[in-house]
Amino acid sequence: MALRKLATALLAAAALGLPGAVQAQQNDGTQFMLVNAYWTGPFAAGGSAFGGGMIDYYRMLNERDGGINGVKLSWEKCETQYQNDRIVECYERFKGHNGGLALFHPMSTGGAYAVLERAQKDLIPVITIGYGRTDASDGRVFPYKFPMLTNYWSQNTAKIRFMGAQEGGMDKLKGKKIANVYLESAYGKETIPVLDEQAKRYGFSVQHFAVAAPGLDQKAVWLQIARQLRADWVILRGWGVMNPAALKEAERVGFAREKIVGVWWSGSEEDVVPAGDAAEGYISAAFNGSGTHFPVIQDVIKHVYDKGNGELPRERLGQVFYARAMVWAIISAEAIRDAQAMFGKRPVVGKEVQQALEKFAMTPERVKKLGAEGLVPPFSLSCKDHEGGAAVRFQQWKGGKWVPIGDWVAVDKDMVRPMIEASAAAYAKEKSLTPRSC
Amino acid sequence: MLEMIYLDPLFAIEVVVSGLLSGIMYSLVALGFALIFKASGIFNFAQGAFVLFAALTLVSLIEGALFGVKLPLLLAAAVTLVIMVVYGMAVERLVLRPLINQSLIILFMATIGLNFFTEGFAQMLWGAQVKRLDLGIPEKPWEGLRLATGITLSVFELVAAAIAGVLVLGLTLFFSKTTTGRALRAVSDDNQAAMSVGIPLQHIWAVVWAVAGIIALVAGMLWGAKLGVQFSLSLLALKALPVLIIGGFDSIVGVIVAGLIVGASEKFAEVFVGPYFGGAIENWFPYVLATVVLLIKPQGLFGEKIIERV
Repeated sequence: MALRKLATALLAAAALGLPGAVQAQQNDGTQFMLVNAYWTGPFAAGGSAFGGGMIDYYRMLNERDGGINGVKLSWEKCETQYQNDRIVECYERFKGHNGGLALFHPMSTGGAYAVLERAQKDLIPVITIGYGRTDASDGRVFPYKFPMLTNYWSQNTAKIRFMGAQEGGMDKLKGKKIANVYLESAYGKETIPVLDEQAKRYGFSVQHFAVAAPGLDQKAVWLQIARQLRADWVILRGWGVMNPAALKEAERVGFAREKIVGVWWSGSEEDVVPAGDAAEGYISAAFNGSGTHFPVIQDVIKHVYDKGNGELPRERLGQVFYARAMVWAIISAEAIRDAQAMFGKRPVVGKEVQQALEKFAMTPERVKKLGAEGLVPPFSLSCKDHEGGAAVRFQQWKGGKWVPIGDWVAVDKDMVRPMIEASAAAYAKEKSLTPRSC
Repeated sequence: MLEMIYLDPLFAIEVVVSGLLSGIMYSLVALGFALIFKASGIFNFAQGAFVLFAALTLVSLIEGALFGVKLPLLLAAAVTLVIMVVYGMAVERLVLRPLINQSLIILFMATIGLNFFTEGFAQMLWGAQVKRLDLGIPEKPWEGLRLATGITLSVFELVAAAIAGVLVLGLTLFFSKTTTGRALRAVSDDNQAAMSVGIPLQHIWAVVWAVAGIIALVAGMLWGAKLGVQFSLSLLALKALPVLIIGGFDSIVGVIVAGLIVGASEKFAEVFVGPYFGGAIENWFPYVLATVVLLIKPQGLFGEKIIERV
């Protein structure tokens, strides 16, 4: 008897250890979506928009279309406070919930690093739209990781191109001094290699300034930039309170805000409104449009907010982070739609969504049909390319609103892709992985 | 490093002066801790959360969160003052009074719980959105000084330093010249002896917690205007801790001097030493300094030396 129990336990343990053996609970006929975000803690201002926006979209699909091809969406919130340990805990708690996760949004670069190997083992695609890790764009080494739209390195090439255009041509960057002010974290450090490479290529100098989290006091850094280095441009790679604190310090030391270009995690209303007048003229990158004029957001208002079921105050609709949540939710829902087209109109699982994502194409026609023209840039993925390399747009804070600057700026794929492949190959070697052939 | 200072001594002076002004802002937060510790021996872990609660309440009242009525700054500050005093007294009545005669570590643990409660309560009441607080103090550099010397010091920081100075002076006078202040010092020295001569301990504690609430409001206003009103204000406690260790937990003057030391040294270290370590050293440098002080003078530079006869 004891031996039988032992054998059963060993079999169960072995099953748990096998790839793809997530012990999924019975599915109730709905497609389960985990809304993993942060409604409390230091980064709640952004996190509440991400979580609330995604739920709004899923609810709108249920109300307007009866779900995806008749399969209703269900969801649970999981509070992470933007902490890696909590993100892992949310992942583990829900990976088998209600039929299992079809995809997982860590909502943090650090969190993405933390769940990467677990998700690979569990065959659950990790979706990181607009955040790291960058080298996971190589789908041959990272089959279950999708840093979609535009990764950090690609974004950085667009930023340097934008600066070049502002100076009157890329050749005019020669001899310029760029300060890279970054949050001391996995997210903050990711672009250092590509910036160093670009500095060599275009002849500018770059100096990196780490800011310890959360970045409440940056006086020393901004004194060095404005008074010692006398930088021509500043790249602001902040998150949360670090961004308005940086803009305020820039004003106090007299550094022009028009010469500061933030990454897209430094370019929301939450980043500039607290800084008041100090933010006027500040520029940031964006991978999504913003505003309430998009038909898809109008549908959310009609089917969700007009019925009193919205997750957020109405004044937040259309803001940058809310619009970004829409982009994430749209891509997630469309990935499930594609998986249904391949495997049947029923709740799908992670392995099926992964296959759908490797053929995913957000064509201009599809974007238009979704009512998201200008909100989501067109892009497509493949087995080899999990990024898509979508263009980046730039916006400037003027008179209390973000105003787009010029057209979308193309990223420098020719420069970034070899770096990605080299980094991914190094990862594969370190982990003794054999890259897939695509 | 010396070469950098030699080549641009004016810049080195600017770094140090800017640091002194930042240090005053740290002292402002540390004052709340020191006050409660001085009067009751409790390290109030929740003081940072008090700063957050005060600032969020103030800005929410200005924005019309209460019955849709937008209050002007001064009125909102007055209402917040009342709320903070009531909150401080409620903490004393509901959390600390039941724990009288418990060991200090129990009281400290209670304030850890109070910290999380206050953070959550503030966000539940007023929301998690980042808000702007405009006190009408210009942020721009002082142009006259810049033109004359090339040094950029912001008007805001100079005004904040002046406000902190007034607050310290007021507290020092309160402790030395008023009956309540002297009673507070007596309670701090020995609460049982103080009670035996008729000083009402509970009344004194209520006053202390109310004053801590007022200090939190002033700190919340200035830091909220500096950074925007958001959750991270509660993390200011981490900036105050080395100030307290260096200055002495029970010394108002010590807190101010230590704030200046921490501010100036961390900025100096970040600019002139940081590059050798990859930067971002200003967050941990004050703790190194605090550890050195602990090794040499455990009670802090201005703390009262504890002599225990056994």
